Amino acid sequence: MSKLHDMIMQLPLLLEISRSRSILRRYFVVNGFDGALTMLGIIMGFYISDSENLIVIINACFGAAIALGMSGLTSAYISESAEQKKQLNEIEQAMVKDLENTAHGQAARLFPFVTAAINGLSPIVISLVIISPIWAATLSVELPVGVLEMALLLAFGILFILGVFSGQISGTFWLWSGIRTLLIAIVTVGLIFLLTY
Amino acid sequence: MVYVRRLILDVLKPHHPDCLEFTSAIADKSPGARVELTVDEIDEKTESVVIVIEGENLDYDAIAEVISSMGGSVHSVDKVEVTSKAN
Repeated sequence: MSKLHDMIMQLPLLLEISRSRSILRRYFVVNGFDGALTMLGIIMGFYISDSENLIVIINACFGAAIALGMSGLTSAYISESAEQKKQLNEIEQAMVKDLENTAHGQAARLFPFVTAAINGLSPIVISLVIISPIWAATLSVELPVGVLEMALLLAFGILFILGVFSGQISGTFWLWSGIRTLLIAIVTVGLIFLLTY
Repeated sequence: MVYVRRLILDVLKPHHPDCLEFTSAIADKSPGARVELTVDEIDEKTESVVIVIEGENLDYDAIAEVISSMGGSVHSVDKVEVTSKAN
């Protein structure tokens, strides 16, 4: 328990050592964007098909969310553990010292898990938020607009927020970066309309 | 009783944690101490620094341990100042 407490207290230092703060932000935005856009695509497909079966829609969306989550989890772990190991080896060579039992070693062991968790969880959490109105409808909750329209609005809203967040990171005007991701969503919806039956 | 009042250490450290984090961690382990770090030389992956620590009763082992836990190595102890107190 105290070991876990120590690790949590050391987290800011480990983040600084592994320079993972920007990587974590990037993973969150990139895979969160993937999740939101995938949900938008699937729900849009059901919307133009006039599908009424909410359970089928939930299962399709949830299946895609789990697949995105698993893909994010494993790909980030594999690439990040290799990257952290390489960085540790380079510093060890420069220091002519084994760094396994130092903060560098701890960071190299811990951060593949942290990045994997963020990369895997961001599309799942975002997908769950987007499909929440469909779930609510299966529980007979009254919604102000149609079920699929509500889910589509949430997808647009989340994509806008992700744009605003990335704009804040880059220091560009938040509204412009939000509108930019919203335009991507609109183009995606347009393509689905054009290319599907 | 002998008290270590001042230490000057020649340390090799990686670039991260940076000098501020590094000195703060040393100060954290030596309550009441004053820690000063001067960068002597910067290489691609490492930097040589001179750390001056002043306090009432410094614990060298604790200081060396915190330096080591952050990936640093004490190359040499360049200066030591101790005082003794008559019983």
